[in-house]
Amino acid sequence: MVTTEHALLVKGLKKAYGDVVAVDGLNLDMKVGECFGLIGPNGAGKTTTIEICEGLLDRDSGDVEVLGMTWDANGNQLREKLGIQLQDTQLSEKLTVSETLHLFRSFYVKGRDVRDVIDAVQLGEKNNARVGTLSGGQKQRLAIACALVGDPDLLFLDEPTTGLDPQSRRRLWSLIEGFKATGRSILLTTHYMDEAEKLCDRVAIVDHGRVIALGTPAELIESIGATIPAPPPRASSASLEDVFVALTGRTLRDE
Amino acid sequence: MSDMETRTPSRRFVDRSIVQLTLVRFREFIRQPEAVFWTFVFPILLAVGLGLAFRSRAPERPLIGVVSSDATAAGIFASLQKDSTLTAESFTSDTAAQHALRTAKVAILAVSDGRGGVRYIYDPQRSESAIARLVADRAIQTGAGRADPVAVSEMKVTERGSRYIDFVIPGLLGMNLMGSGIWGLGFAIVDSRSKRLLKRFMATPMSRAEYLMSFLFSRMFFLILEVVTLLGFGVLAFKVPMRGSILDLALICILSALTFGGVGLLVASRAKTVEGVSGLMNFVMLPMWILSGVFFSSNNFPSIVQPLIRILPLTAVNDALRANMLEGASLGGVAPQLIVIAAWLVISFAAALKLFRWR
Ligand SMILES: Nc1ncnc2c1ncn2[C@@H]1O[C@H](COP(=O)(O)OP(=O)(O)O)[C@@H](O)[C@H]1O
Ligand SMILES: [Mg+2]
Repeated sequence: MVTTEHALLVKGLKKAYGDVVAVDGLNLDMKVGECFGLIGPNGAGKTTTIEICEGLLDRDSGDVEVLGMTWDANGNQLREKLGIQLQDTQLSEKLTVSETLHLFRSFYVKGRDVRDVIDAVQLGEKNNARVGTLSGGQKQRLAIACALVGDPDLLFLDEPTTGLDPQSRRRLWSLIEGFKATGRSILLTTHYMDEAEKLCDRVAIVDHGRVIALGTPAELIESIGATIPAPPPRASSASLEDVFVALTGRTLRDE
Repeated sequence: MSDMETRTPSRRFVDRSIVQLTLVRFREFIRQPEAVFWTFVFPILLAVGLGLAFRSRAPERPLIGVVSSDATAAGIFASLQKDSTLTAESFTSDTAAQHALRTAKVAILAVSDGRGGVRYIYDPQRSESAIARLVADRAIQTGAGRADPVAVSEMKVTERGSRYIDFVIPGLLGMNLMGSGIWGLGFAIVDSRSKRLLKRFMATPMSRAEYLMSFLFSRMFFLILEVVTLLGFGVLAFKVPMRGSILDLALICILSALTFGGVGLLVASRAKTVEGVSGLMNFVMLPMWILSGVFFSSNNFPSIVQPLIRILPLTAVNDALRANMLEGASLGGVAPQLIVIAAWLVISFAAALKLFRWR
């Protein structure tokens, strides 16, 4: 049970790879039970930020507090409480869905029943199928199942729906909403504005390693709504996409 | 949130992470038919090929022709047949027998002279005929009742253990221990790293020590299979001797497998791609295939490079295996080799754990 009110607290986070400054003084403040979105173009520093929060990368400077703990002092405890989906993991193709989840389950002291998790991500029929035979959407749901099987208090999802067809995306959304409904926290990065609008309680727009706007999707749209000319195809209302373009001068999938 | 979680106070054996990790090693191995082929089938094919190509042949037995003309000829044929050092062939006509002699199908003809005696027909210039003359005569005279005045006993000195197959089976075993150890760890670890799976594991509470142990456990299991198949085949098919203690041999194999596992870990410690680690593994193994006395004795190399060859792990392993199997050496007898192997074990593991990149 989490006792702090912050699921995640990031202050003045900095990280550079040689000359490339990936994260440049980033601040985040995420409450327990919140679904928080990081949106930004490629190279904005989202993955770097999330991996530092996951304890997978060392930071150059700044403070990171996860579930009221720090990586330096409580690393092992933290790993028990986090569920993680990385942007680019390929699970072993030779194992079956069930074998993969039993493996991940075995790492955690407490966790969920493997069969329940498989059913929750709707892979029941694929229980004994090799991972190599799954579709992209099924693989992604398996990745999320691996994140859920340790029964985490905080879920990190890095572009969970990138490259998926609309139907697969919607299935993932309902999965994420199901997790949110249990009162636990999610940090997710995405390219898709509709995804952030639908899932996130609050959104931070990140560019060049910094948060350039923060608020609920509605607040962000409102704050910008008056200042931008209504774009012709969506004349009725401004969207988060418009906010993004107005602030960064780029569309989201620009490099 | 209580309906979503199930607490497991005491864990079943198969739910332990070390067991799950080890099971993954088994599953990934047996679901990769190429790996099974190279580990189990290939060494045996190699042993069969080499065993047949280099088998030592006994000198051919002289072939002696007899023409079945009368009772004397029948006696001659009977005497010749009793002698196992030669082969006798009976012809029904003179012409057929002469033809066989001319075309060298037989080395000599032993025919009845019609007066109870034997006549040899042969070309004394042909060496096999000259030998056949002596062998045939001895057989015929002995068959007719000649007793040798001097007692004879023989000691045959062709020994099991001195044949090429006896040399090469321990070499193949050493090569196999090296290959499975280095490939088994090197490939699997770098494959996981390149697919970011290792990084994904690092984000869980998985114990790093258990992750590495799972490789050693599965290596120990497959080691038994590898050693038993190859040596079992050598003993059954080629009667390769096993003169040393089996327990000692097992200890040598275990130590060697651990050492090559350490080398595999070292090779895998930094590489980011499977291609990169494959090149590295070949770079490490190729010199040892050639220098360490797998297929031919490493003594063939000039004495100036001998000290270098002696400190290679595979040389030590092959020497220790041969000393145990062919000479029946004790562990004490292979102490220098064991020290070399153990030194590589310590060095490779220490370096690998220091250099290892988990992400
Ligand atoms: N391992 C790395 N080495 C060097 N540069 C990197 C590395 N990882 C990321 N970067 C750089 O850091 C910046 C931020 O990357 P990233 O955090 O992946 O952004 P995002 O996830 O928002 O697309 C980019 O310019 C990227 O090229
Ligand atoms: Mg990214």
